[in-house]
Amino acid sequence: MIRFEDVYKRYPNGREALGGISFALERGEMAFLTGPSGAGKSTLLKLIALIERPTRGAVIVNRRNTAGVSRRSVPGFRRRIGVVFQDHKLLHDRTVFDNVALPLVIAGFGPRETGRRVRAALDQVGLRGRERDAPITLSTGEQQRVGIARAVASRPDVVIADEPTGNLDPELSLEIMRLLERFNEVGVTLLIATHDLKLVEHLGHRTIRLVAGEIAADGLAPGGSQPHRPTTPHSTSPDRHGSRYRD
Amino acid sequence: MIEATTRYFRLHAQNLSGALGRLLRHPLGSLLTVLVIAIALALPAGMRVFLTNVGALSGSWEGAADFTVYLDDAVTEERARELASEIDARADVDQVEFISRADALEDFRAQSGFGEALDALEDNPLPHTLVVRPEQTAVDEMQALAESLDALEETAQVQLDTEWVARLRAMLELVERTVDIVSALVALAVVLVIGNTIRLEINNRSTEIEVMKLVGGSDGFIRRPFLYLGFCYGLAGALIAALLVAAALALLEAPARALAELYASVYTLMGLGWRDTVILVGGGAALGWAGAWIAAARHLRAIEPT
Ligand SMILES: Nc1ncnc2c1ncn2[C@@H]1O[C@H](COP(=O)(O)OP(=O)(O)OP(=O)(O)O)[C@@H](O)[C@H]1O
Ligand SMILES: [Mg+2]
Repeated sequence: MIRFEDVYKRYPNGREALGGISFALERGEMAFLTGPSGAGKSTLLKLIALIERPTRGAVIVNRRNTAGVSRRSVPGFRRRIGVVFQDHKLLHDRTVFDNVALPLVIAGFGPRETGRRVRAALDQVGLRGRERDAPITLSTGEQQRVGIARAVASRPDVVIADEPTGNLDPELSLEIMRLLERFNEVGVTLLIATHDLKLVEHLGHRTIRLVAGEIAADGLAPGGSQPHRPTTPHSTSPDRHGSRYRD
Repeated sequence: MIEATTRYFRLHAQNLSGALGRLLRHPLGSLLTVLVIAIALALPAGMRVFLTNVGALSGSWEGAADFTVYLDDAVTEERARELASEIDARADVDQVEFISRADALEDFRAQSGFGEALDALEDNPLPHTLVVRPEQTAVDEMQALAESLDALEETAQVQLDTEWVARLRAMLELVERTVDIVSALVALAVVLVIGNTIRLEINNRSTEIEVMKLVGGSDGFIRRPFLYLGFCYGLAGALIAALLVAAALALLEAPARALAELYASVYTLMGLGWRDTVILVGGGAALGWAGAWIAAARHLRAIEPT
């Protein structure tokens, strides 16, 4: 579902953010992306959403090599990916309903189907009844839940989240992560960048640790002290890297 | 197919109502822009109305555009009558009236009050005269006709008593050309004003644009609300321009009537008319659309999610 093959990313200013990344995330898999600030987590996610393009190597999302996605096809490509941001990126001059409806309207759903899906998504994030509210009247945690509802409303195959709990206290963070887990349980492929090692440990999913643009570890626990274990593509079913990590 | 069509119209309806909503949300700012556009458009529209009226007026003075052709003293009355029907047969001549020297003297005697003095003359000093009414009253045609009449052997003198009508027409043609130029400049100004307004709007809404791009909004989808906004600005501006012209005409109505009465004639001012109103309003909307398109093409691309 998401595959990186020896991916390099150098920004125009010469800064190399990623230096030879290879991993694969199977359909329906969930993984955390951790690592120190500046390690390249956001850059990696941007390559998936085609916000940035790799300098070298292949990024394959939904069986499609992003190198083959022309500028004109980027919108269609992005419609199959849900993105959750640390700062929510909600539109403050629109209601909660309209924010969540945005990807559906763009995807061309009629008013009836849009309404149904928006309500379903808000239901899933526990915000039914807040449709008419302005995002500004919601708490930070609630705003993030609106952001998640928007990301999943059009039922994308892949959801990526960049520090979705970055602004939240530990309790709310756990709540948001649990929410994301629930979407993973119904089959959404999920990649979440986060600083919150405690939470990652607590939840116990596959964790890819980036350091200075390279994968320092890939396994079931954050393991900053683990030796460097590069992974090869195609070798990353949850069981296998789990066991790789333990041996 | 039906579904796609429904979706298409629904999106457009939404965009239109969204654009109107946006205009109404900031009524003062929108009104200022719309007024600038309206005043700009009212200028050439008003000039056109003025031209139409003057054109119609001068058309009603067609009779004043006759030539008087004085024939040589040597020309006999018989030859003069012949000549009259020859000239009358020309394609560029509407009608010819023959005034014999005897009739002319009779007229003169009656009108001038010099009756007795004239009796003292041995000979009638007046020539035979032809009054030629041209078919066309455009300057070039009149000129050509005058020259060809003057070239006739029997002609002593061609006189266009009312050359000022020709001058007026020439002037009108000049003004018409000027109005064309002013219209083109105003159109350009409207495109620029609306383009700039849309550029500011795009900058103000960069977050929204970024989010729309992130969730898969196509260029067309993102551009459309701005095109509609430009369209609404142009449309509203043109409608108000039409009202301004109508209001100006209403103000001029009474003085125009008074003026006409001085000339013992009835003349009602003509307004924009249906055709010109449609051109004005449609043109305004199209200019708004064009301005928005240019701004969108130039500035939407620059806003990309980071
Ligand atoms: N647009 C850019 N232009 C130039 N350099 C950039 C750009 N974006 C990121 N970088 C650089 O690339 C490196 C990786 O940045 P990135 O944002 O991916 O790190 P990160 O792991 O997400 O960090 P954080 O945890 O602080 O969010 C950093 O050194 C950063 O300075
Ligand atoms: Mg980051």
